[in-house]
Amino acid sequence: MTSTVTPPVRKTGSGADRGDGGARRRRLPRIPDRIRHGGLPYLLLLPAVLLELLVHIVPMVIGIVMSFRELTQFYINNWDKAPWRAFDNYKIVVDFDAPLGEALLHSFYVTCLFTVITVGLSWLFGMAAAIMLQENFRGRGLLRAVFLTPYALPVYAAVITWAFMFQRDNGIINHVLHDQLGLTDEPSFWLIGDNSFIALVVVAVWKSWPFAFLMLMAGLQNIPRELYEAASIDGAGVWQQIRKITLPSLRPVNQVLVLVLFLWTFNDFNTPYVLFGDSAPEAANLISIHIYQSSFVTWNFGTGSAMSVLLLLFLLLVTAVYLVATSRGRKGSGAV
Amino acid sequence: MRRIRAAAVITLTTALAATVTGCGGGTSTGEGGSNDSPKTLTYWASNQGPNIEADKKILTPELKKFEKETGIKVKLEVVPWSDLLTRILAATTSGQGPDVLNIGNTWSASLQATGALLPWDDKNFEAIGGRDRFVDSAVASAGAEGRPPAAVPLYSLAYALYYNKQMFADAGIDGPPATWDELVADGKKLSKDGKWALGAEGGNLSNNIHQVFALSQQHGADFFDASGEPTFTTDGNVAAVKQYVDFMAKDKIIAPGNAEYAQNQSLTDFAKGKTAMVLWQAAASTFASQGMEPEDWGAAPVPVPSGAPGADKQVNSMVAGINIAVFKNTKNVDGAKKFVKFMTSDAEQKLLNKTYGSIPPVAAAQADPAFAAPDLKVLRDTLAGSAAPLPQVPEESQFETAVGTAVKDLWADAASGTPVTTESVKKRLDKAQQQMQQ
Repeated sequence: MTSTVTPPVRKTGSGADRGDGGARRRRLPRIPDRIRHGGLPYLLLLPAVLLELLVHIVPMVIGIVMSFRELTQFYINNWDKAPWRAFDNYKIVVDFDAPLGEALLHSFYVTCLFTVITVGLSWLFGMAAAIMLQENFRGRGLLRAVFLTPYALPVYAAVITWAFMFQRDNGIINHVLHDQLGLTDEPSFWLIGDNSFIALVVVAVWKSWPFAFLMLMAGLQNIPRELYEAASIDGAGVWQQIRKITLPSLRPVNQVLVLVLFLWTFNDFNTPYVLFGDSAPEAANLISIHIYQSSFVTWNFGTGSAMSVLLLLFLLLVTAVYLVATSRGRKGSGAV
Repeated sequence: MRRIRAAAVITLTTALAATVTGCGGGTSTGEGGSNDSPKTLTYWASNQGPNIEADKKILTPELKKFEKETGIKVKLEVVPWSDLLTRILAATTSGQGPDVLNIGNTWSASLQATGALLPWDDKNFEAIGGRDRFVDSAVASAGAEGRPPAAVPLYSLAYALYYNKQMFADAGIDGPPATWDELVADGKKLSKDGKWALGAEGGNLSNNIHQVFALSQQHGADFFDASGEPTFTTDGNVAAVKQYVDFMAKDKIIAPGNAEYAQNQSLTDFAKGKTAMVLWQAAASTFASQGMEPEDWGAAPVPVPSGAPGADKQVNSMVAGINIAVFKNTKNVDGAKKFVKFMTSDAEQKLLNKTYGSIPPVAAAQADPAFAAPDLKVLRDTLAGSAAPLPQVPEESQFETAVGTAVKDLWADAASGTPVTTESVKKRLDKAQQQMQQ
């Protein structure tokens, strides 16, 4: 009986037939043991490695090489002739007293602020929604589907719709805030000037909180109900249960979630580009747009690549510090 | 551990191999392409019509005609404006591009500097019927002075002042303004009851550049000196930019909402009767598509400080238009030249420019009665007598971005009530200039 459900034990012999008198099943050509034990894992890894090389590693290496060259419009047709500049591109982009460096630093600050606020709010909304939808009630399925809608929509279509909504004269945002509720004396500008940062955060949070909700909802499903029952018998209130049971249990999920949200948000290009076009207002000039402008709009791929490399190093550093810090916390708590 | 190390070695080796094979940049061929593929051509057309499908419908029969004449099949791709320059840059970098392509004429000098386009020296011009066939100002906007043009003029455009006849009549104004003072005076009469005098596209960097360039010429200024160095902060340029933004900030004849326009909303406002005037290139087909009748609007030359439009300080438009270029590494250089010759032939020039509402840069085609309609006559006269090409310097594209953004930011100041002063204008232009010089 058990032989039908347990996987067959691998035989090292010649694979003797079962002697059941039935038709003999055709076997696949046998992989030599030498390959099976030594090379097979690499063989199986090869397609993924090749794709990873083509899609990520090679362009990254090319980008690093570009950052050491004077790759302006005079040389893009013939890279080999682009003069070698050593670290000159890097010196230019980190000279914070000069316009390029100053603009890079400004966009770095804007991006940091944007990331912290967006990730924080996305996590908060995702968490609140996941906790609210833990209880079973009528319409829960529908609500879950509605909450996930922004995550399912194509980014371009969604953000362009927001851009229409944020228009000063014809947008629904001002129609509600100014015409309906009378909260502002004048219709506000959302796509130019300082308010553009608020518009950017609103769209980014709207776009990313469903992902947080999805991850946290999955995490909550794994917390045994008995823990809550026991806690409530012991007199723990809702906040205590969240603090003492929910958050600690969600720690592994949050660790990955916050990191992923941080990386996505910090590198977000689509949202500001679709919302503001080629030249974002200063208040919403994220580093991704700034690098794009330096490379593709002002045709200086050398300095653009230098900025990209610096951004990569910064993100690697932050990720490493974050992973070390959170894994220490885990070890401290006895987690394996 | 040993396995991990082995895997790492494999990965690294593959990476290095792939890097070596993948690191090739574009390849430049010396004098021009080859004729390895004499029976096919790829053509990137810019989006000139109301949409891409319309362009395909307009161009496909012409390409069939060309195929019938020469036996060369042309593969057409219509590229939206928003993607065109990036696509050209990518093609230039990789060496994998079309054989023939349209470019915005203001990019000519920038693209010429890349060395990716076939230079139109006398020999190449001879192959398409000679340089003399083209209007001088159009050829002047096809590359830097003293070098063979990087492209050949295909469609020419210039700016005109379009005005709503009914709104002018209602305000008791006889005709369109000829000077800026008149425009402001008329504008104050027209800007009332939720309606405004003039439309602008504050968020459109190119449009900002086109407008301030003409004003800068009128102030006797230039954005680049003779050696190609930027001179954005000269008094004339500062005054020009301030004059343009002051239409909103000081004169209050442009609606604040125009500061964020970048998708031709000012044309929609004009067609709906929300604004009485707009400065534009060949807007007739757009007005018609938005429900306006030809008798509803008129076209006049863009105003000047005083007197009549002309050369130097009387310039009232940049030389706008589309050029056709050939990629240097084409595999069908003779076929590409034949195709350019076909597209710039008198017959095709008449047909295509009529369809698109532009002016033929070919002198013989320009004489066709179809281009004598009042609005087109304004464009023609402007091109012939009072239009100047934008600076033909390699950094032209960067200039459009830097100064266009400065003007865009000033519009934002004006719209939000932040004072626009000579100092604030100069500060923005100074920042733009420093960015250019890095």
